Amino acid sequence: MEQSSLLLFLRRMFRRKLVLVAFVVLCAIMLMALLAPWIAPHEPTTIRVVRRLKPPSELNWLGTDEFGRDILSRIVYGARASLGIGLAVVLVSMTVGTLFGLMAGYFRSLDGIIMRVVDALMALPDILLAIFLVAVLGASAFNVVLALSIVYTPRVIRVVRASTLVIRELPFVEAARALGVSTRRILSVHILLNVASPVLVQATFIFAYAVLAEAGLSFLGAGVPPELPTWGTMIASGQQYADQAFWVVLFPGLAIVLAALSLQVVGDGLRDMLDPKLRKAL
Amino acid sequence: MNMDTPSLLSIQDLEVRFRTEDGEVTPVRGVTLSVSPGETVALVGESGSGKSVTSLATMGLLPRPAGRVSGGKILFRQRSGQTVDLATLPLPDLRRLRGAEIAMVFQEPMTSLNPVLTVGEQIAESVRLHMGLGHASALKRAAEMLDLVEIPNARRRVHEYPHQMSGGMRQRVMIALAMSCNPSLLIADEPTTALDVTIQAQILVLIQRLQREIGMGVLFITHNLGVVAEIADRVTVMYAGQVVETGSVGELFRTPRHPYTSALLNCLPARARRGEDGRRVVQSIPGSIGKVGNGCAFAPRCGQATDSCQAGSVLLETEMDRSVRCLRWREILA
Amino acid sequence: MSASPLLVVEGLTKHFGRTPHLVRAVEDVGFHVAPGEVLGLVGESGSGKSTIGRLVLRLIDPTSGTIRFAGEDISKRPERQLKALRRNAQMVFQDPYASLNPRLRVRDIIGEALDAHRLAGGARRTERIGELLETVGLPATHMTRFPHEFSGGQRQRIGIARALAVEPKLIIADEPVSALDVSVQAQVLNLMQDLRQRFGLTMLFISHDLDVVELMCDRIAVLYLGRIMEIGSTDDVVSRPRHPYTRALLAASPKADPDAPKIRRMLTGDIPSPMAPPSGCVFRTRCPMATEECARSIPQLRSAGEDHQFACHYDMAHGERPAAA
Ligand SMILES: Nc1ncnc2c1ncn2[C@@H]1O[C@H](COP(=O)(O)OP(=O)(O)OP(=O)(O)O)[C@@H](O)[C@H]1O
Ligand SMILES: Nc1ncnc2c1ncn2[C@@H]1O[C@H](COP(=O)(O)OP(=O)(O)OP(=O)(O)O)[C@@H](O)[C@H]1O
Ligand code: SF4
Ligand code: SF4
Ligand SMILES: [Mg+2]
Ligand SMILES: [Mg+2]
Repeated sequence: MEQSSLLLFLRRMFRRKLVLVAFVVLCAIMLMALLAPWIAPHEPTTIRVVRRLKPPSELNWLGTDEFGRDILSRIVYGARASLGIGLAVVLVSMTVGTLFGLMAGYFRSLDGIIMRVVDALMALPDILLAIFLVAVLGASAFNVVLALSIVYTPRVIRVVRASTLVIRELPFVEAARALGVSTRRILSVHILLNVASPVLVQATFIFAYAVLAEAGLSFLGAGVPPELPTWGTMIASGQQYADQAFWVVLFPGLAIVLAALSLQVVGDGLRDMLDPKLRKAL
Repeated sequence: MNMDTPSLLSIQDLEVRFRTEDGEVTPVRGVTLSVSPGETVALVGESGSGKSVTSLATMGLLPRPAGRVSGGKILFRQRSGQTVDLATLPLPDLRRLRGAEIAMVFQEPMTSLNPVLTVGEQIAESVRLHMGLGHASALKRAAEMLDLVEIPNARRRVHEYPHQMSGGMRQRVMIALAMSCNPSLLIADEPTTALDVTIQAQILVLIQRLQREIGMGVLFITHNLGVVAEIADRVTVMYAGQVVETGSVGELFRTPRHPYTSALLNCLPARARRGEDGRRVVQSIPGSIGKVGNGCAFAPRCGQATDSCQAGSVLLETEMDRSVRCLRWREILA
Repeated sequence: MSASPLLVVEGLTKHFGRTPHLVRAVEDVGFHVAPGEVLGLVGESGSGKSTIGRLVLRLIDPTSGTIRFAGEDISKRPERQLKALRRNAQMVFQDPYASLNPRLRVRDIIGEALDAHRLAGGARRTERIGELLETVGLPATHMTRFPHEFSGGQRQRIGIARALAVEPKLIIADEPVSALDVSVQAQVLNLMQDLRQRFGLTMLFISHDLDVVELMCDRIAVLYLGRIMEIGSTDDVVSRPRHPYTRALLAASPKADPDAPKIRRMLTGDIPSPMAPPSGCVFRTRCPMATEECARSIPQLRSAGEDHQFACHYDMAHGERPAAA
């Protein structure tokens, strides 16, 4: 995209206030993750048993956890792992899922095999499958990403395949075939452009799920090693103190909600921008 | 409010506005038409000319709160002899009229039938509601209604679901539903457009037969001029939200007064003329309904337009039983 | 017909699905189209018109039968060897909304055709797209717009420009004006006639509107449940129909003339499901003169004069009235 049309694109996209706000929030969270060592007021791993489960105060803005560690600092550092894992899972599952979804939807001969694997994977509860995979692969951030990607890719395949099945029957695809347009172009232009919106929506969901699932894995002891703060591990380990010290789970929870929500709004904005019909109206 | 109108339905200078994201639009801005008992009036016009909006306004079915009647009257003579203005009638009264005295048939019978109820149950429900019959006798009446609209094996088919029926059969069910309470006015919005010609012929003949038997007035919306010639007694032509001409079907087809009406008739493939190169060509109307200025709405496409046509709004001129909205029709016809 | 036909179809059959739900969409259809000729395919919904069009373009594979285009049998060619067909035969679709990719600009929609066959590149490509738009009566400057910025008639013009981009010999027009208003329909019909003359196009013109077909076509084939009932010159079929179905179809089409006789004779009943077509003559369940013989054997096409054939056991014009009628 040329400079000017990119600017126009962004101007139109941010004409809606909510999208702009969400985008700013998202940027803030990412900046926070990048600049964690400079922003965090305390070391995220320093244990001070005397100050355990202290409510928000001058010293610890968001309170302390059961080991007296500063919650704000842990959230700031946790953004790195949580966002990183979430984004990595989204990236991997989107890419792989879109590819297989297109193939399953467009080539009837591949559909059977791909969908049989998808159905098998989806027959198991998400978290069970993830635990199993992490148990087999070993607990590390990389393996958590791998496991969650394997869990969520089938969902993307389903969505992409369903849309592809509809779109491939539309007259404009038939017209392209009649013109002798190559199958690669039909898939990568005609179909991909038109499945982009449901996929984007799916991406925002998967991001939110991945952050939560990572928390679930940590809670069950099958996640990222506990010395690494993630929003998920914070909630997981703080859960048993929630009734006496709500801030232990509330603030990391808010961070998850805020990140997922703003991502979703930005995703919606992006989807609308991809639709030429709506673009004009914005 | 007792106005003396011989008509069953008399719409006078109707204006409908919609609130949209781009501001207010006025898809109907000057519709005047009437339907007498036992008469079929065809409402014709291009897509987007406001035919459906007019019929929805009459039924009080405009999408709320976006749409509203912003001017004019929709006078309807009730069976009791009293005339009411449907545009201002309170909703409960309107609901009572709908189905009991005014019924409507839509283009797509699938979307207007409930997919999870058998067709018999749907007709019986309407009968129970309006005629206060019991369950068994309502079902029996439903079967009679299906028989009336010539559905074979009506007794058996009351137990079928809409999806088990063909398009033509579903449209018959819709008509049976509309007829179940002996309405005095039937509004049919493109009831045959989605059907095959041989099935369309069956439905047209059916509607005509029922009309004769019950003596109801029919407002038949269509854009098919062949259907108009087949079924209508009188025709009202709409362009860009306004009525531009009304007349008996014979006169309107033979001597159209409004340039749009004659242009529309000349667009018909059956009226194609042989050009000098031996090819048969149809006349067409250049351009499309675009933005409407303050003068005659048809002026940008009218071959007869002069400066005066664009000066100010053109009124609907009525003479005997014909009306026309054109400044120059006398000159043009002469 | 002196010139050898551009398109010859013989025994064309297409079945969809498997036995309990087998749909006999097209059954033993044969016809030929001479260069420069327009053959109309008429019939009610489900009669197999679109399927024939898609078969001829090899967008779907025939169950059996042959399709000879410009002398070569293309009915069994694999997709890879269809480049020449794709260049020489094109389609115009019914739905002006669904037949253009909503996410692409007009420039890319038409340009794609040029790219696929490497017909024009660089500045020449843009120039050619502009030419094509002007050919169909749209300003060249509209090429940067998206489909939704056009009206139905204008979109149909874009669809025609796309088909013309590869300079085809044959155009299959599948109900190209059915979705349009009469006034817009007239514009598009005139455009198609102009283009036909200008480029010497051969056409397969599919429609359910007899008036439109009569205007546009030299010859007409009448289809019912996937079979040809009658085929012949437009004049023969419309003015001297020999098949009971053709007669019924003509009688059921409302004439835009209040003085014309009203519809009186009418076909009763529904079109049978193509999953369970009647035995013998497929029309017999609705035919006013069907006999037992009609249930027993399938009537073959028989001649009713030069280039005029119909498929009925009885020839009313020659007093072959069935006893039952
Ligand atoms: N809910 C709505 N909100 C805004 N505008 C509307 C709404 N419904 C209809 N319109 C507008 O009103 C105009 C008239 O629409 P209407 O449906 O009455 O046309 P019509 O004559 O019935 O056309 P058709 O032959 O296509 O059915 C159109 O321009 C349409 O866009
Ligand atoms: N891909 C398909 N799979 C199964 N059945 C099909 C398929 N395509 C068409 N058919 C069936 O084949 C028959 C003929 O369809 P076709 O679309 O050719 O009819 P048509 O004459 O073009 O009708 P219309 O006027 O409705 O366009 C129909 O019964 C249809 O349901
Ligand atoms: S008023 Fe003028 S522009 Fe309008 S229809 Fe009459 S002659 Fe044409
Ligand atoms: S063969 Fe028999 S059923 Fe078929 S069209 Fe002729 S008379 Fe009718
Ligand atoms: Mg309408
Ligand atoms: Mg078709």
